[in-house]
Amino acid sequence: MRLEAVQFRRKAAEALDNERLQRALEKFPSRFVDTRAAALAELGNTEQLRDAAADIRARTLRDLDAWLRRFERAAAARGATVHWAEDADEANRIVTEIARAHGVRKAVKSKSMVTEECGLNEYLERQGLEVIETDLGEYILQLAHEPPSHIVAPVVHKSKEEIAELFEEKHRKPRKDDIAELCREAREELRPHFLGADMGISGANFLIAETGSVLIVTNEGNGRLVTTLPRVHVAVSGIEKVVPTLEDATTLLRLLPRSATGQAITNYVSLLTGTRGAGESEGPEHCHIVLVDAGRSRMLGTELEPMLRCIRCGACMNHCPVYQNIGGHAYGWVYPGPMGAVLTPALAGIEQALDLPNASTFCGACSEVCPVKIPLPDLMRHWRERQTEQRLRPRRERLLLRLWAWTALRPRLYAVVARAVARLLHGLGGSDGLVHRLPGASGWTRGRDLPAPPGLTFHALYRKRRGA
Amino acid sequence: MNSRERILARIGQALGRPGDPAPAGIEGHLQSHPRGPRPVLEGDAIARFRERAARMASDVAQANAMTDVPGVIARYLEQQRLPLRAVCWPALTRLDWRAAGIQTEARAARADDLVGITGVFAAIAETGTLMLLSGPDTPATVSLLPETHVAVVEVSRVVATMEDAWDRLRAERGAPPRAVNFVSGPSRTADIEQTVTLGAHGPYRVLIVLVGGA
Ligand code: SF4
Repeated sequence: MRLEAVQFRRKAAEALDNERLQRALEKFPSRFVDTRAAALAELGNTEQLRDAAADIRARTLRDLDAWLRRFERAAAARGATVHWAEDADEANRIVTEIARAHGVRKAVKSKSMVTEECGLNEYLERQGLEVIETDLGEYILQLAHEPPSHIVAPVVHKSKEEIAELFEEKHRKPRKDDIAELCREAREELRPHFLGADMGISGANFLIAETGSVLIVTNEGNGRLVTTLPRVHVAVSGIEKVVPTLEDATTLLRLLPRSATGQAITNYVSLLTGTRGAGESEGPEHCHIVLVDAGRSRMLGTELEPMLRCIRCGACMNHCPVYQNIGGHAYGWVYPGPMGAVLTPALAGIEQALDLPNASTFCGACSEVCPVKIPLPDLMRHWRERQTEQRLRPRRERLLLRLWAWTALRPRLYAVVARAVARLLHGLGGSDGLVHRLPGASGWTRGRDLPAPPGLTFHALYRKRRGA
Repeated sequence: MNSRERILARIGQALGRPGDPAPAGIEGHLQSHPRGPRPVLEGDAIARFRERAARMASDVAQANAMTDVPGVIARYLEQQRLPLRAVCWPALTRLDWRAAGIQTEARAARADDLVGITGVFAAIAETGTLMLLSGPDTPATVSLLPETHVAVVEVSRVVATMEDAWDRLRAERGAPPRAVNFVSGPSRTADIEQTVTLGAHGPYRVLIVLVGGA
């Protein structure tokens, strides 16, 4: 996927002015927030589960190399071939080579965020392969030539009318206005592709070291079709997706769908191990698993390591007041919302995503809902610090901060300046006690008022109280 | 060095123990595969299974014994105005389908099959979920390609949680087969305007026939 995170400000402003998008985003609280809360409340031991889930992910990361080796050994024992890719480019080349080796012309694909990172579809198409996305949301985006705007609900930004128009144009069939009919039409369009494809490409929600299996969760059943019908199955996964045992995966599965869509379980959970067994008349004859690093190993052993616990549930964006107002496209890459604000600079480079860690109110809702307790605000702060250290913040901001630091180190001078500023702001406040326009920092007051301070500094108040 | 070695070396370096491929504790964790916290499930497992399966939009019917199963399924198909013709697991050929008026073919499913009849390896009360194992006599496509999936569940196969199902799998099969599929109701999508629509790429309806224990 093209990286356009540097255009965050422009895209966010456009999103705020986009009426269709705003209408789609209005549904977030009821569709994602309330359903998640209800699904977790039913468990009765959510906090205990979140601790256990965070612990499983953290412990596995502490021995990641060993678990990956163990996974590779178990997968190979069942006839799967494990490949390792340093970066997106290598992952794309590996999948192309697999396709060539097996004489593949058409591939069907179930949803996979890491292949979005790699731009796998475009790459394969350039090599002359036909690639069909089969998750309904991803299929719609492929028809519309658009990137996903959410990691779980990729077309959350589109209305059914837009989708009806798109289907009418691309399928050349009479326009349907009913959602169920649109789904049926997509099913009928996609069935022949499933049946005629030589290769199925899937992601992996988890890799199980114990059994060498790829575990995928889907609701539509496309993940099952993609991994059952074609004669070649390729699973592409980030290296951080490995978990030790089936029990560990089960603990995570109690939280993943509940956090994502408020479901107690997804319709399908498939544990796929190796190739077609003896005597079987179906299932892939060849199974390849591509483990992609693409920046992940560099996060290990750093402050960013907790981000690798992420299980891609989307709860952090669903609960983020910034995401809820601008949607996913403004973030300019595969991963939007708080998790994207941390991941995009880590995987794509700090200078590629300067605005993302700053596009936050620091309300902390994201880390409150994260099933694996990733301290997302702390990690965004980490990026803000790196930006300042590497002089990537605007000159004016850096100058002001330096000036503030210089003054703060001189208590007497600081007291004088603080007194002057407090008085000035007090004076600027109208009769309602609000500052409507702040000269020199009008950005702060363009959309909201600043409550004017009462005129005394903290130091002065403290002295007065102690004296009294 | 190839990519594999480079990636593994970088991870070892980052974790502060380069060149130590097998830290202690790994094999122990695999051997003991400890369970995480499980929800408290009150009441009878079979009643819970029924209730949760219905909540996932599966239809649930009851048969007293295996011999009654074809009749129960025939009645359901008639009610739903579906043909009395089905593809079924070779593992289920011992049932007398013909007596109930159902024409069955025992094989993997094809695109034009309308009804698929399977058994299950286990059924999970916690979430109302079916657990199916692939195999020569239990092809996975039968629960996937037809618009209607009928699953025959003997009550002795109902377990409380997924952890219990894994234990049964280890005890009875050792390792998982090529595909273990957990199925919770008909396929669905909520991609368009977050409106749940049943019947995406898999079945539109799922009938679970519980056998015994009524
Ligand atoms: S950071 Fe946490 S909440 Fe966000 S997608 Fe990842 S696991 Fe879910």
